[in-house]
Amino acid sequence: MRHTFSETWSGIRRNGSMTIAVIVTMWVSLTLFGAGLMVNQQVNLMKADWYDKIEVRVFLCNATTPGDNCDAGQEVTQEQKAQIEQTLRSNPEVAEVTYQSKEQAFAEFRAAYANTPTADYLTVDQMQESYSVRLKNPEEYQGVVSSVQGLKGVQNVQDLRGILDGLFEWMNLAQWGTIIAAALLLLAAALQIANTIRMAAFARRREIGIMRMVGASNWYILAPFLLETLFAAVISIVLTCVTLAAGHYFLIVQKAQVLIQGSPWIGWSHVGIAMLGVAVVGVLLSIIPTLIATRRYLRV
Amino acid sequence: MIRFENVSKTYEGQHRAALKDVDVEIEKGEFVFLVGASGSGKSTFMRLILREYRPTTGRIYVAGKDINKLPGWKIPGLRRQIGTVFQDFRLLPGKTVSENVGFALQVIGKKNSEIRKAVPETLELVGLANKGDRLPEELSGGEQQRVAIARAFVNRPQILIADEPTGNLDPATSVGIMKLLDRINRADTTVVMATHDSTIVDQMRKRVIELVDGDVVRDQSKGVYGYQ
Repeated sequence: MRHTFSETWSGIRRNGSMTIAVIVTMWVSLTLFGAGLMVNQQVNLMKADWYDKIEVRVFLCNATTPGDNCDAGQEVTQEQKAQIEQTLRSNPEVAEVTYQSKEQAFAEFRAAYANTPTADYLTVDQMQESYSVRLKNPEEYQGVVSSVQGLKGVQNVQDLRGILDGLFEWMNLAQWGTIIAAALLLLAAALQIANTIRMAAFARRREIGIMRMVGASNWYILAPFLLETLFAAVISIVLTCVTLAAGHYFLIVQKAQVLIQGSPWIGWSHVGIAMLGVAVVGVLLSIIPTLIATRRYLRV
Repeated sequence: MIRFENVSKTYEGQHRAALKDVDVEIEKGEFVFLVGASGSGKSTFMRLILREYRPTTGRIYVAGKDINKLPGWKIPGLRRQIGTVFQDFRLLPGKTVSENVGFALQVIGKKNSEIRKAVPETLELVGLANKGDRLPEELSGGEQQRVAIARAFVNRPQILIADEPTGNLDPATSVGIMKLLDRINRADTTVVMATHDSTIVDQMRKRVIELVDGDVVRDQSKGVYGYQ
């Protein structure tokens, strides 16, 4: 065991600059990877929150508002209403349908525009009846919208998710961009580790040859190399975790949370998950290239 | 101790077999010379004993075990029973004589107390009792080969394999090395030695196995290097 540790330490010292290069590469790539995990969680949080808040609302025809499926100057009929409601309720994606009468809409309108001249301008008859639809999975709204959009008596389907989609598309792009960049950097780090270990093994090929000849176990021969990369990995993981924590504290806790309070923000538990991911990937990233790079020297 | 049963070995990508249908049995405590020109299959013979390669066909038994069937993780155990000596000594330049010999025990996980006991004993046996603290590069070729033999023997293996151990040494020094190998053999260690050195073979009068192009053409007890 003492031999293993002293070999590890002398390996680290001998390859000092390479070890530093490995640590820096792993640090940067793992940080990007961790940031990707955090962005991913942030996007999911926002999606869940915003999609949940916004309902699909189906407005019905009245006498004053024009619409493609409305007969001019005609109210929606009872049969049409029944069919619309039936269509909504029979859709497996729909969790709940709430009917809102003209009076309720009027009350809501007055509340929203209280103390403005508009409040007195409209009458109950100008309001529209509507159905508010809550979905089982907020992301699956398109089927519901298209199922009622063409029905007679539907004046309009209001759906703010369409606007959100653009936003989330952009966020997805950012998320994937981060992950792809992180993957490329992780690949570079893996190759660098493999090269470093290959060089270290080459430098010690005489010792390795003798160890194999006298019957040292593969584990015994491998241990110094594994410990050497694990040492670099642990330092990089610690540096990465500190960076992620600092990023979360300075960017989210101190800035974003204060500036935009309406949105949910990831907390320390999410940062913890990202750190866990970083630790797992960091350890695998050091062990796998080492095993591959030393395979040639351990082949019996 | 070592038994080859119809062993053939053809290296990948080569047409000519390095060993052809070799059938040899070496008893415990025997001393065997393996002679033949370069490329006749001597090294292949030795490497097969160490399971550095598997034979293409046939079986090899070492200490009663079919080593073809040995799983990879048991190969170190096989090699611990076999000491190996090479023409080029293969000592570690930065380590002292004692450290070089102790290294062989250290890397198979022996306790320091055992190492401290076994290393001086073995150095004494090979005649280097007072040179434990020297570095290999300060020693003569013959002394370096004694260190290599000490390293091969320090774990008291049942078999000692020597590939041209006197190949880099002058005749007088070679005689000393042969005396040492003979002493190790008398301690009931099976010795297999590949050599080109006809003088040594003729002097020792041990069993001689001669290989020509991978064929065993002669297996003679108390033999000489060539037919005379």
